[in-house]
Amino acid sequence: MLTYLLRRLILMVPTLIGVAVVTFFLIRVVPGDPVVVKLRADGAAVTEETIQAERKRLGLDKPLMVQFKDYMVGLATLDLGRSLWTENTVASEIATRFPVSLQIAIMATIIAVLIAVPLGTLSALYRDTWIDYLVRIVAVSGLAIPSFWLGMLMILGSLALFNWLPPIGYVSFFENPVANIVGLIMPAVSVGYRYAAVATRMMRSALLEVLREDYIRTARAKGVFRQLVVRRHALSNAMLPVVTVVGLEFAFLIGGLVVTEQVFNINGIGKLFVDATTRGDFTLIQGLILLIAVIFVVVNLVVDLLYAALDPRIRLS
Amino acid sequence: MRQLFGLALTAAAGLALLPVATMAQTPKSGGTLNFAVVAEPPTFDCHATTTFATIHPVRPHYSGLLRLSGDVNKKLAIVGDLAKSWEMSKDGLTYTFKLHEGVKFHDGSDFSSADVKASYERIVNPPTGVVSARKALHTDIVAIETPDKSTVVIKLKAPNASMLNNFASPFNCIYSAAKLKQNPNYPATEIMGTGAFQFVNYTKGSVWEGKKFANYFQKGKPYLDGYKAFFVKSSAVVPGIQGGQFDAEFRGRTPKERDQLKAAMGDKITIKEGPWTTNLILVFNTKKKPFDDVRVRRALTMAIDRWGSAPNLAKISLMKFPGGFVRPGAEYALSDAELKKLPGFATDMTKAREEAKRLLKEAGVSNLKIAFLNRNVAEPYTPAGIFVVDQWKRIGVQADHKQLETKLYFDAFKKGDFDVGINFIADYIDDPSIHFLKVVPGTAVNYSGGDNPKLKELFAQQSKQVDPAARKKLTDEFQKIAINDAHSAMLFWWQRIIVYNKKIKGWELHASHFTGQELVDVWLDQ
Amino acid sequence: MANLAPTAPSTAAAADAIPRRPNAILQFIRQQPLGFAGFLVILLYVAFAVGAIWIAPYDPEAIDFSAMLAAPSPEHLMGTDQYGRDVFSRIVYGARTALAVGILSSLVGCSIGALVGAASGYFGGWIDTGIQRVVDIMLSFPIIVLAMVVVAVLGKWPVLGVDMNLVIAIALPFMPKMARVARSSTLAIAQMPYIDAARAGGYSHTRIVLRHIVPNIVAPYLIMVTAFIAQAILLEASLSFLGLGVTEPTAAWGLMLSGKSADFYREAPWMILFPGLAITLAVFAFNLFGDSLRDWLDPKMKG
Repeated sequence: MLTYLLRRLILMVPTLIGVAVVTFFLIRVVPGDPVVVKLRADGAAVTEETIQAERKRLGLDKPLMVQFKDYMVGLATLDLGRSLWTENTVASEIATRFPVSLQIAIMATIIAVLIAVPLGTLSALYRDTWIDYLVRIVAVSGLAIPSFWLGMLMILGSLALFNWLPPIGYVSFFENPVANIVGLIMPAVSVGYRYAAVATRMMRSALLEVLREDYIRTARAKGVFRQLVVRRHALSNAMLPVVTVVGLEFAFLIGGLVVTEQVFNINGIGKLFVDATTRGDFTLIQGLILLIAVIFVVVNLVVDLLYAALDPRIRLS
Repeated sequence: MRQLFGLALTAAAGLALLPVATMAQTPKSGGTLNFAVVAEPPTFDCHATTTFATIHPVRPHYSGLLRLSGDVNKKLAIVGDLAKSWEMSKDGLTYTFKLHEGVKFHDGSDFSSADVKASYERIVNPPTGVVSARKALHTDIVAIETPDKSTVVIKLKAPNASMLNNFASPFNCIYSAAKLKQNPNYPATEIMGTGAFQFVNYTKGSVWEGKKFANYFQKGKPYLDGYKAFFVKSSAVVPGIQGGQFDAEFRGRTPKERDQLKAAMGDKITIKEGPWTTNLILVFNTKKKPFDDVRVRRALTMAIDRWGSAPNLAKISLMKFPGGFVRPGAEYALSDAELKKLPGFATDMTKAREEAKRLLKEAGVSNLKIAFLNRNVAEPYTPAGIFVVDQWKRIGVQADHKQLETKLYFDAFKKGDFDVGINFIADYIDDPSIHFLKVVPGTAVNYSGGDNPKLKELFAQQSKQVDPAARKKLTDEFQKIAINDAHSAMLFWWQRIIVYNKKIKGWELHASHFTGQELVDVWLDQ
Repeated sequence: MANLAPTAPSTAAAADAIPRRPNAILQFIRQQPLGFAGFLVILLYVAFAVGAIWIAPYDPEAIDFSAMLAAPSPEHLMGTDQYGRDVFSRIVYGARTALAVGILSSLVGCSIGALVGAASGYFGGWIDTGIQRVVDIMLSFPIIVLAMVVVAVLGKWPVLGVDMNLVIAIALPFMPKMARVARSSTLAIAQMPYIDAARAGGYSHTRIVLRHIVPNIVAPYLIMVTAFIAQAILLEASLSFLGLGVTEPTAAWGLMLSGKSADFYREAPWMILFPGLAITLAVFAFNLFGDSLRDWLDPKMKG
């Protein structure tokens, strides 16, 4: 177990270094120039001299390989550099925005599980009935609705019904938990809905698989109350794929955040990423991609570990 | 000439009377002005910068020789700042400034003519390592003399009609000669001037703080105890003003943001609207066929319904005012009546478009397809692109609208990699010599590549003509020829919309977001 | 991780399931009514895309200031936007953008992915290890993040009105997923004795791959292609929504929802309602059709 964990952790390193290297060169072949974007943002006449001075100040005039060396040395010491736009450290830019996004992600996951587990169970138990069809249609539509549009629909809906717009601006949970949750519930639902759809489908098919297995048949034969079967045996086994989905769909969660934060004007890492891309803020893009990759890899590892913990038949080696 | 001198003096004297004349309320002292700045200053040095991100937080710490004052919808005029009065010699070659006495720097040292000399020399001839962004505008300056502590004489090699504007430039901050001697680049990282506010603190990415300078040379001013400039994203401005995090943003907002704030805050806000010294132009690549043909260029500008569309575009974008190459309403602008006689400014669009189609047919390009270059900036470039594509379609011209990232966009213009492109003219002040730069043949920023010796000649003449009436004649002729040649065509001038909390008083709307940010006369009614 | 991921369809069976029966279509309709419904909706969109000139009542790019933000009415079925452009016409023309980008990017992504995956599985050794590392790296980028960076890197490359670089940006994230599936399918076949026999018999790699490997990847390939078309349409809409995809004034659904449209929640909700509906219905249809196709081609995967 411990050696497995160690091996996995060591295997992460080349993947993450790969991500860092690919990102570094990929975004540097972008023909744009953050300095020009920044100085020209104002419309006033900019001299080539000013542009060069600014490039020099930001260290962008150094040869690419020197910049790469600096970046890798920085990474080794966990220094991600400074944003080319705001000139704050990338770490602090991310740190200030991360909590909101994390909270939306957690809320979305909770919403997804709350929707997926009962719906998936119902659908499997009443297979090929109208309940099953309804659930499946809801699930397939969940995959079809763009999360940003769902967010816009919710805003439209609350405008039409209550003539109320969700408050702009983030309130810390510790300051005012109610305002905090109210402010983030809509983004969480619009991100979580798709998540729920995938998990429902997974839950349903996993449960069907499990229900076919021998020990359930035995349990049924023994006349155990149907509900109990579902709760005790089938459900716990069916949780496995749900856990997997939560891990695998993490990428979608990030994707959902990128667009949804735009809709609700939330200053999270998704919006930060969009801003960084449109401004060509190299260092910030690198930092964010690396962060996302790290989370992704770690989440996958945790999912694998959970898998092993939940299902004794799987041995990690 | 004498007349001009007299005018200037009256303007200087008028400054003292201005507050009394225009303000119903007596200014109250005290309070902190909180405003938003939607970009981070790349440097503290006024001389090196071209961005308002430096001007808005930094300029209140400094003074200039002259400055611009007034309201764009009434009268904008050049007034004295550190200069009490000034005089131009009859030949236009010598400017003599009388400076205020007893002016102190923030560190307690005395201000004198030597500081003006050192500061302007830094602009004209920057030492190595110092960036002077507007050096080119000051090349006519050959000598700066200081006969005594309160007199500066600036000598030019040739008369320059824009020189007074340069002396009033918000970028020409006066630095301390003594400190420049120790470190010529101190203004890039350190604040030390004679302005109304002293530097307190700057937290990158967050806030800039200034406090009232007790020894400021204008007695009784500033009214504010201090100011805080918050660096936020543009999208955070409306919620920020609404939530009271700050009370203003002085660059400009979109019409929609104005409507949102009005709906949310009602009479708790003041809205100031006027023209902006920024515009969008269509640049025709005259090095490429068929845009070397004046008939094609005229046809393409004639297809555009400027007068009819302006009121509608103004509701959804920053574009608002049809005009020539000088901002409508400014001293050297062509009148609407004169404009309407020129190609592209007709009011009868059916007739104009028929004529445009005829011209295209005559030029043999009835099925014209255009590679149409634009910048990937939402406001107002995208609406302008959508609009122009639609207008051309009405005379049967197809355009492939391409929006490029800022650097690629400028590269495409420089390389001539376009048929027609949307470009812009923008600067801190209404000055024909600056605003004509992209239209004069042969300059590095005239991307059309068009040529007409007459335009060059008129441009050179007007730039040296220090008599306003005579200069107006020259600039009018220049504009008429430029509009007829249509190497570039004016699309629209922008609107500047500033929305701020009603408690802020004494702030004046200029046509530029670079000027009028000294905050000397601003006060809070609370 | 890979062995836990529920992806690869069992392929040997699927290969046989590829229907060569003449009444296959009728059979599909009978067995998969929902899938057929999805197919009909897809046909409708194809009709929009192909016949836009005849179906759309207005030029989708034509500004009409006299009809700014007009509500739905007989003249403008789905209302107009802030430029007075007809929303219905823009949706009809938007089908062109969505289908062209969706289908092309899915085909490109799956084809390259299948080739790479098959090579990886067939050759094994260091080729396999190398390709798998690259696939790992690509999979650790969230799809939209990868697409955004690629769009920024490549800029625009319009071919016949379709931005090929947008197609590539969207295709790229599909490649590693298809490669995984193709690899495991290939691995299953490559172990078979008759492949060894073919190798021993001195047949060229090309011949073995074409004769034995390719037929076995066809079913998963078709399944993935349909599934990815839906995802590609969504991704294009998201990118255009973020202002990174299609350029104005071209009609595209995501673009119709982007930027300023949110300024008009109160005045013009139809600007938001209809384009979103168009996206959802299209993705829904492709998903339904794709699921049914999978069930039909590969009954073992039915769950």
